[in-house]
Amino acid sequence: MERREFHRVGECCWAGILPSGLPVFVYPKPEFGKSFAFFAANYGGMDLRFEQGGQWKDTPAGVAHFLEHKMFDTKEGNALQLLSQGGASPNAFTSSSITGYHFECTEGFEDHLRTLLSFVMEPYFTPESVAKEQGIIGQEIAMIEDEPYWRLYRNLLAGLYERHPIRISVAGTRESIAGITDHTLYDCYRSFYHPGNMVLCVAGPVDPERVFDIAAQVVTQESPGPARRDYGAPEGAKAFQARTEERMEVSSPLFFTGFKGPEPERGQENLRLQLTGRLAGELLCGDSSPLYVRLYEAGKVNKSFSVSFEVEPGISFLAAGGESRDPDGVAEAILREGERLASGGLEEDRFRRVKKAVYGAQVRGLTSENLCIQTAQAHFAGYFYLDFPEVYDAITMEEVSAFLRDYVTAERQAVSVIAPLL
Amino acid sequence: MKYCRTELLPGVRLTAIQTSKFKSGYWGVYVLTPMGPEAAANALVPRVLRRGTRRHPGVRPLSEALDELYGGTIEAAVRKRGEVQCVGFAASFLDGALAPGGEDLLSAAAGLLGELLLDPALENGAFRPDWLEGERTNLIDQIKGEINDKRFYAQKRAIELMCEGEGYGLDAKGTIEGAEAVTPDSLYDRYETLLSSAPVELYYCGSARPERVAEAWTAALSRLPQGSRSQTLPDRSHRPSQEVRRQSERLDVTQGKLVLGFSGGGVSLTHPDYPSFLTLNALYGGTTTSKLFLNVREKRSLCYYASSMVDKLKGLMLVSSGVEFEQFQAAEDEILAQLEACRQGDFTEEELTAAKKSLISGLRSTLDVQWQLEDFWLTQNVGETGEEPEALAGRIEQVSAQDVAEQAKRMQLELIYRMEGTEHGAA
Repeated sequence: MERREFHRVGECCWAGILPSGLPVFVYPKPEFGKSFAFFAANYGGMDLRFEQGGQWKDTPAGVAHFLEHKMFDTKEGNALQLLSQGGASPNAFTSSSITGYHFECTEGFEDHLRTLLSFVMEPYFTPESVAKEQGIIGQEIAMIEDEPYWRLYRNLLAGLYERHPIRISVAGTRESIAGITDHTLYDCYRSFYHPGNMVLCVAGPVDPERVFDIAAQVVTQESPGPARRDYGAPEGAKAFQARTEERMEVSSPLFFTGFKGPEPERGQENLRLQLTGRLAGELLCGDSSPLYVRLYEAGKVNKSFSVSFEVEPGISFLAAGGESRDPDGVAEAILREGERLASGGLEEDRFRRVKKAVYGAQVRGLTSENLCIQTAQAHFAGYFYLDFPEVYDAITMEEVSAFLRDYVTAERQAVSVIAPLL
Repeated sequence: MKYCRTELLPGVRLTAIQTSKFKSGYWGVYVLTPMGPEAAANALVPRVLRRGTRRHPGVRPLSEALDELYGGTIEAAVRKRGEVQCVGFAASFLDGALAPGGEDLLSAAAGLLGELLLDPALENGAFRPDWLEGERTNLIDQIKGEINDKRFYAQKRAIELMCEGEGYGLDAKGTIEGAEAVTPDSLYDRYETLLSSAPVELYYCGSARPERVAEAWTAALSRLPQGSRSQTLPDRSHRPSQEVRRQSERLDVTQGKLVLGFSGGGVSLTHPDYPSFLTLNALYGGTTTSKLFLNVREKRSLCYYASSMVDKLKGLMLVSSGVEFEQFQAAEDEILAQLEACRQGDFTEEELTAAKKSLISGLRSTLDVQWQLEDFWLTQNVGETGEEPEALAGRIEQVSAQDVAEQAKRMQLELIYRMEGTEHGAA
């Protein structure tokens, strides 16, 4: 177990790998009342095709999310109930690339931690419980399909990518989840839920040694080694479909435009890409950018407008959007601004100022929850999250300019629009 | 963590919390005014102010100033607390202790907030018409856009229907008609009235000592008019209705929404039985161990979500759920049957303990989350109580099964709202 101080951001981390292969990160925060524990598997909605026992398996869309729901079932009952009854607030989520189980509590932390680790490490699925869950998740799918921003985002990804499974909904469809059985769940579980493919992160008024001891007692499973996954043949630079539009019960048009970024590497290069992309997005159309100000003052965008840069295994993309009366005009303006900045339009002073702003926002974002989730994602991508200040310092204006030149281009762009009903 | 409440000027109060556990300093400045026909104009005031000051005359100079302060954020904010509209700014800045250049972010943040509130860029003694036009459009779009989030929208409609004729029944942002009626001159009048006569709530949470915070705020607000500020806030009680109102609306959705509205027999924030009300809500529908979650959602799979929530200041409870269209009646029956069970005392000691633990843990967690802490204190301040989370937790410990059943008996069903699908949506 190793203890590291991060003075610049006021954090301290205890990190180590248990005999079972499980990496553990603990951020002691004695001045807090609340503890947060996050136990995650490197397995998400896009891991649909993988190798098991020398054979390639294809699984139905939505299976990682389905598995997440069913993990809470135990032989004795339900772990969600057990944690809640003890005063903890448990929950879980599945993203495209990870599944995370977590709780927060103000008392009984050690018991809750044991419960969290035990239920995730002990699968218990029956045909009956799987059939019942199909109803519950079917309802969840119906609900998210009514959410315009969710549809907008889905359509953007399906427009950007031709093959990569990021384009498929994490929850799947009512049809796809109908094909899931208890056997499917056990297969997926065996491939991805083992200590070497997982991580535990804790932040709060806890004793790091105790966290390591408890995790070492509960998590003793063997790790078969990483499961190989198939995300399809590499994507080219070109966006698959330049424009998609759907109509829904919304008050005014919503849009996102996205640009396909590079295929990320593992390790600190991954972190560097994330930070470069974020900075590039802010310079391109963030709150203080000339473009955003111009569009805002012209009433073409409002406060709902946002920009982000996402990095997932195999892909990365810049996305920007919100409500707009002129989605295509704004998407076009973003492309033109990228071209302008890349060809000498980026000023030193603005670069320095925005770099300062993004740094502050990164540090302000270090809440217990965010710190744990970022640490887990970083671990899966092969770097340590709190190394960000040094990596960030080293990013140059030329690098950001090259990023904009290479990736904010017409062929890499897709636009997704949700328009009001006629 | 040190809590400190002081009156800086007559009617201008500061809540300052000193702690070094956060990375950011969290700020708030609100004028308090009754919810009413002026709601939209009031909501427009901070939005137009946020467009620019005399020193920073536009969105861009303001953004550049915020960038230099390590990407601080200042947002125009309008919130409804019972019958009170809170209008102003919420802000977050990097905590001074973490500023790489050791800058005095405290004075800079207070200074910029004071400048936004008191030193707007004007044209002919009124707000700039183009800025008003832009913000009017944004506000109207935002009001119209509430329909995009169906869960939220169903709850909002339920409150409108249940509290018709009360300030609380209005949207915190006012009405579209109200926003349309505002002119640059009328808005400026509104602004001056608010500044000179409304009570002001200031908030800070971060590593700075309360005395330093008070100094920074006092300096930043030196130009605040020293008029006599109204000291009484509007009566916040709800006029209960004896009849159950049913209302259905059709929207293009694939999943229905069902909302049930209850009044709580006059029990709210400062009532001695308030802890019983909170406990009833937690046990009935406020948590994942609650009756609604376990029976309506898990056991009978009638809804994807079914939960209850309390408005602390109005003393109301809403049950909100997402249901398949064909399950509306079954879900309604089951939701009411579970309340009946609470009335009959038909719950276990374990259920009661879990509900209380969840509430107490939630209150203690509030102390660890900047925005929750600010939200908590704004409610307490409008409710005119200084009760800290730990003290309320202590009172919740004392709630008995009998107390919960008694409160359940006081709950009166007033509204059943359904959001149904259109033929297109149901297909």
